[in-house]
Amino acid sequence: MNERMPQDGPESLAGERVHLRIESLGKRFGDTWAVREVSLDIGEREIFALLGSSGCGKSTLLRMIAGLETPSCGRILLDGEDLAAVPAHRRPTNMMFQSYALFPHMTVAGNVAFGLRQLRPRMARAAIAARVDEMLELVQMRAYAGRRPHALSGGQQQRVALARSLAREPRLLLLDEPLAALDKRIRQQTQFELVGLIRRVGVTCILVTHDQEEAMTMADRIGILSEGGLVQVGTPGEIYERPNCRFSASFIGETNLFHGRIEGDRLVGGEFPQPIRFVATVALQQGGEAWLSLRPECVRVHHRAAGDACVPERPDDNAAPAEVAEIAYLGGRSIYHLRLPGGGSMIASVPAAHWGEAAPPARGEPVRVSWPAPDGVLLLR
Amino acid sequence: MNGGGWGGRMWVVGVYAFLYVPILCLIVFSFTAGEITTRFDGFSLRWYAALARDAELHAAVLLSLRVGALAATAAVVVGTAAGVILVRAGPYPGSRFFVGMMSAPMVMPEVVVGLSLVLLFTHPALAVLGGRGVAAIWVAHTTLCAAYVAVLVASRLREMDRALEEAALDLGCPPLKVFFVITVPVIAPALAAGWLLAFTLSMDDFVLAAMLSDPGSTTLPVLVFARLHHGLKPEINALATVIVVVVSIAVLLANRLLLAPPRASAPAVARGG
Amino acid sequence: MKARPASAQGHGRFWVGLLPWVWMLFFFVLPFALIVNVSLSTPDLAVPPYVSPFAGAAVDGAPAFRPDPASYARLGGELAALGTLAADRPYLAAYANSLLLAALTTLCCLVLGYPFAYRLARAPEAMRNLLLMLVMLPFWTSFLLRVYAWMGLLDSSETGLINQVLLGLGLVAEPLPLLYNTGAVLVGMVYSYLPFMVLPLYANLVKLDQRLPEAARDLGARPATVFLRITLPLSSRGIVAGSMLVFIPAVGEFVIPDLLGGGSVMTIGRSIWDDFGPNQDWPMAAAVAVLMVAMLIAPIVLLQRHGRGAGRGE
Repeated sequence: MNERMPQDGPESLAGERVHLRIESLGKRFGDTWAVREVSLDIGEREIFALLGSSGCGKSTLLRMIAGLETPSCGRILLDGEDLAAVPAHRRPTNMMFQSYALFPHMTVAGNVAFGLRQLRPRMARAAIAARVDEMLELVQMRAYAGRRPHALSGGQQQRVALARSLAREPRLLLLDEPLAALDKRIRQQTQFELVGLIRRVGVTCILVTHDQEEAMTMADRIGILSEGGLVQVGTPGEIYERPNCRFSASFIGETNLFHGRIEGDRLVGGEFPQPIRFVATVALQQGGEAWLSLRPECVRVHHRAAGDACVPERPDDNAAPAEVAEIAYLGGRSIYHLRLPGGGSMIASVPAAHWGEAAPPARGEPVRVSWPAPDGVLLLR
Repeated sequence: MNGGGWGGRMWVVGVYAFLYVPILCLIVFSFTAGEITTRFDGFSLRWYAALARDAELHAAVLLSLRVGALAATAAVVVGTAAGVILVRAGPYPGSRFFVGMMSAPMVMPEVVVGLSLVLLFTHPALAVLGGRGVAAIWVAHTTLCAAYVAVLVASRLREMDRALEEAALDLGCPPLKVFFVITVPVIAPALAAGWLLAFTLSMDDFVLAAMLSDPGSTTLPVLVFARLHHGLKPEINALATVIVVVVSIAVLLANRLLLAPPRASAPAVARGG
Repeated sequence: MKARPASAQGHGRFWVGLLPWVWMLFFFVLPFALIVNVSLSTPDLAVPPYVSPFAGAAVDGAPAFRPDPASYARLGGELAALGTLAADRPYLAAYANSLLLAALTTLCCLVLGYPFAYRLARAPEAMRNLLLMLVMLPFWTSFLLRVYAWMGLLDSSETGLINQVLLGLGLVAEPLPLLYNTGAVLVGMVYSYLPFMVLPLYANLVKLDQRLPEAARDLGARPATVFLRITLPLSSRGIVAGSMLVFIPAVGEFVIPDLLGGGSVMTIGRSIWDDFGPNQDWPMAAAVAVLMVAMLIAPIVLLQRHGRGAGRGE
């Protein structure tokens, strides 16, 4: 099921109408491909996040959609219409830039009105003013209409930038790292506000981010990019629970990765002292190389002092003795760095409630780790 | 040499003294009542009065102002276009040559630039250019100053957020219009600074103006140079004093207007909010 | 290069680029080609006073190129006579004087300007702009009049300002011959070119990460070692940029040697000026200029390659 990701043909959408279709789109700078063969369908009113580390090509992909970059190959279809011949200033898309790119020599209202003033046939002055008012109201910035951008806080600038990019009622809203320029403290709240606004306006939206939390909070679906290619596309839940490769698994959330060879329904020869039982979802090649991804919260830690009051280890669970190397106390839960016999290591995230009345294991104490076989995800690449 | 203490401070004071004592002397002796430029024979404003009556000098000043303004304006046009190409055009055949060509006038000794332009303007095949004269001086100053403007504009463009222009494009503004409604206002301080620099360079240039002048085109430096060769009079001190005062005020004002942080537009904020 | 938006802008750039390209090719590159051409011409009593090497009768419809190397031959002849006792080598002397003067000017500016720029870069931030502006201010006022100021200061009669002071203090009995010699020219050159040295040095030193010398001191280096091993190497770009910005124009300087040197100091600039003006030997002036530019190519390349990033923290 996690191998569903097709290598060719656009990622299919269940039920929804395709709004934007990207067909084997690529971009080459000199000898290097910034984006290679990306195919993707995005549905009406969907919020889609392109997630990847810096230099993975996500911004280039977004800029090609906006028309700021000319694709080297492939097509971009918006409602079935090929955008190739449409220059940036005629595209029905609008972008919110990472730096916000508010025009410093114009007021807030002037910035929001800028796009409206470019419309042909010309929009009446009164209509522009009314629309500007409406947009500023939407982002609660009406009181600042006469200010210059540099007199605003980062959060306010972000809202003006959003109002400006929504004013022309784009058929597709592009957000380039919408919150990267903001303080970490206000970022989370802004994420919710932004999603709320986009949903209220009902515009299809593609956002680019390197922040997996931001992508998971805001997006309906996420596309993970690595070295210019799409690695996995899915809802946040799908990608977290069923990553299709090591890159996805370690990029979204933390994970333990055990390397080994497939022998029957076990993974052997890895850093884990025992052969690891797993539940296969596809046909596997015996003796093939594979990895097992195990989320830290799936690991159960057993401590003698606590007895087995917590979830007991079952006979067909994967289990091994271990020793506590480090503990990071995070309040509601703690992260245990565990040393395995034979030199391997793993991490476990344990809720504080897990230990009940008993004392949690201290550094250097022996413990046992276990997890039910279905909790691990087998990865072939 | 940790830059500290007495020695360092004295050094700074000494260098400033080296820079300013000659200028102060000029100013002091402009008020002398005598004929000698280096002896103070009582206070008087007679040399300022002489300055005010000197028709030849007035003509030279007017010509210099005119050439300066025209050259600065042309230099801003040529230099801005050059700055845009320097920063925005990717590598193309000849782009490295262009970089060299745009910066060479700044380092090339003026005598060489002057000589080369004389040869151009007096070339028999190029009589259309009208030979030596005011137009030739204007061309020479424009060429020299365009290089300086290009440097200023290019550095401002490099600092400018590319996204501003892209945002305008994205909001439906056609490319050429983007340049005039977004780029030009954003780099306006560099354009103004470039104009002022060009104007000053042109006003101050002697070598090019002297080589390219004909009898009808005596700019201020050409006139001053001639007078320095024909006996010194405190009238020149008076002229220097006037120039120092005017330039100081202009530099102070320019500094206020151009180099002030963007907060300078605070009144606009107050009005808006 | 990273961003190359829609091709419509490519066209726009072509037209924008056309103006500076055409202007500079016509008013800077072409004139320079003319210098080379005239340097290979024969002097003549015409207007303009030379006969172009292309002027001869055409051969097969194309104008023939008959260069006259006489001007270069004269320069070469002086060089060839270097070992002999031949007294009159005016051009060679002018080149030697100019290079020596420019080198001395550069050295003096560096010695004077480096500690100065260093202190300026370490001054309280609020004061730096003012201090820098004070360096620039003389640069903005008339160059000729600043040289003129030195004529008054160095005057060799008893009314010369410095002589007045020296006589007044009883340090000398007779007024010193301060004006119209190489020393006077050097003082005037250092005075005029100092800002060109200070500005790039300052731009470089102000960006120098102050933690690096501190780290060196923390690791036990003596102040002299810190300066020689840390500060100086880190500011090398500023030194190169400043030195070249002084040296290159100083080689061709005409006004200062003329006004402060009187008839005594012959330089390339003056020799070009004389051949161009009173002597009416344009081919010779052009040949001297071509040779000077050829000598300046190395410093100019050095400036472009090494000094450009002086302001930037590369």
